Amino acid sequence: MHNAPATANTLYGLMAEFEDATRLTEAAKRTYAAGYRKMDAYSPFPIEPVWEAMHVHDRPVSFFVLGGGIVGMLAGFGLCYWVSTVAYPLNIGGRPYNSWPSFIPVTFELTILIASFAAVISMIVLNGLPMPYHPVFNVPSFLRASQDKFFLAIEAADPKFDRQKTFDFLKSLGPREINEVQN
Amino acid sequence: METLQAERSTYKPPPPVIEPGHTFESVTSKISSIVLTKHQPFPWIVTTFIAFMFFNLLLVSVGYLFMKGVGIWGNNVPVGWAFDIINFVWWIGIGHAGTLISAILLLLKQDWRTSINRFAEAMTLFAVACALMFPLIHTGRPWLAAYWLFPYPNGMGIWPQFRSPLIWDVFAVSTYGTVSLLFWYTGLIPDLATFRDRAKNKVTRYIYGALSLGWRGSARHWQRYENAYLLLAGMSTPLVLSVHTVVSFDFSVGIIPGWHTTIFPPYFVAGAIYAGFAMVLTLAIPLRRLYGFEDFITMRHLENMAKVTLVTGLIVFYGYLTEIFFAYYSANQYEKFMMVNRMTGPYAWSYWALIFCNGLVPQSLWIKRLRTNTVWLFIMSLIVSIGMWLERFVIIVTSLHRDFLPSSWGMYYPTFWDFSTFFGTIGMFTMLMFLFVRVLPMISIFEVRTLLPQAKVEGAEGH
Repeated sequence: MHNAPATANTLYGLMAEFEDATRLTEAAKRTYAAGYRKMDAYSPFPIEPVWEAMHVHDRPVSFFVLGGGIVGMLAGFGLCYWVSTVAYPLNIGGRPYNSWPSFIPVTFELTILIASFAAVISMIVLNGLPMPYHPVFNVPSFLRASQDKFFLAIEAADPKFDRQKTFDFLKSLGPREINEVQN
Repeated sequence: METLQAERSTYKPPPPVIEPGHTFESVTSKISSIVLTKHQPFPWIVTTFIAFMFFNLLLVSVGYLFMKGVGIWGNNVPVGWAFDIINFVWWIGIGHAGTLISAILLLLKQDWRTSINRFAEAMTLFAVACALMFPLIHTGRPWLAAYWLFPYPNGMGIWPQFRSPLIWDVFAVSTYGTVSLLFWYTGLIPDLATFRDRAKNKVTRYIYGALSLGWRGSARHWQRYENAYLLLAGMSTPLVLSVHTVVSFDFSVGIIPGWHTTIFPPYFVAGAIYAGFAMVLTLAIPLRRLYGFEDFITMRHLENMAKVTLVTGLIVFYGYLTEIFFAYYSANQYEKFMMVNRMTGPYAWSYWALIFCNGLVPQSLWIKRLRTNTVWLFIMSLIVSIGMWLERFVIIVTSLHRDFLPSSWGMYYPTFWDFSTFFGTIGMFTMLMFLFVRVLPMISIFEVRTLLPQAKVEGAEGH
């Protein structure tokens, strides 16, 4: 990472490479069942059974979207209301200053706008991105994780982690190969 | 009961979305090799060069406009709105297919959308960029647009008028452009990571690496990603329908005969989808040929798009018939005169050309042999684009040129600068499209991977 001397390298974890999505799903299931929690699977496309196997059900993005929508709605209507009744009241064909039906389009657009920003930004931030460097990139074959190969990593930080036992466990899952991931 | 079973036994499932025989690696290398190479096909170079020339024509036209003012255009009383607004509505309409394909077809689980959504989204962005040019330049004084259009505290203490459809339009179009960009970029992140990992050149790797935000395909990330993507699709769906509705309000809220009808919002939205799908066909047919994408953009895709074009074309044609009925049934002499004038007045040629382009030609798509003929589809899509441009010409010019009083009647003649600005935006659009194809994956690689049979997890239901 930060050009640290080789001796300072510590173990991030162990990473097994699998041939296909079915084997990765199976491996994720068994790893979770074996009690590992600091684990992650890497795949070139979204595989719903994998995150189900890992019991990942993360929903805050939805709440951020709801919050963003509410903020956008209030901001949109508030803007129209404040401009048309307080800041710059104009008599347009005898309509009331607070002619709320005319304010709906702007309110709607701002609702969608802020909610969409909330969706994208919360997804990126909750994923801890942007993160140009990550220990998993130190494994040379990990280049294929964005192309055609499937990986499962168990972190050394997991309380159940033991270099030899975890290695044997991963081996029992039938991977193509197992790599050590250096920090 | 018996007939039902008979039908069931003759039912053939649709052909696969991707031609069989592909692997994750073959899909990845096929799509990324177009970008990660030093060689370009000759037609790409020629098209980009011609488009760049037209883009320069746009720069000259706009530069001259800012020097001289809108006097260089043909707009004048009584036709105060002409090419500028026609082109704006035309481009915005074209820009509807991208988000429709990405969002609505995603929610409807139409997996054939996957091969065409990426470049349809790019097309949307560039069409919206072309559309936005016109409101910006149509006063000839773009620096004034800031306080006319956007609510910000300015030194004159004035604010926009929120009861006007024109200000709704500003919000609708700018929101649409921004959300389409977010949607497009979110979809690109995993593919940018693929490019980062496949790039041989260090600079290329750094650029795609930075753009991919360090995406590593973690399952935890994918789960949030899919959640966010689906929500974006859900929000884009009402948004895409709202945009052309609001554009149609620009006309229908006014009391001009020919504009003041309630059919406008649905008829405009259908017209936008129609024009958008036609433009996707116009771009998809040459690109799939040029880059050999017949395996990904199969005949099934082209046929489905042709069917959408046909259905929305019929809705548009229904809109034309409804306009005639309104004119008759309103018992309003101005409405009646407007319709008769459209059909027999000085601009009758444009009305009948419109009926030919949007009413007659798309009917050829009922025939399967024509629907699956790429040459005819390409020609038909160009005719549809011309038809949709004529539709806006008819709505705007024929409604305005005969004012309520004969003393204020007039004719509209476009000038050289009207045409040069319009063709300039076509050049800009084509240039941006071809540059996009050169630097970004024009087909969503990770979504195509999910369509392959080997992406299925055995023993897991659904998905």
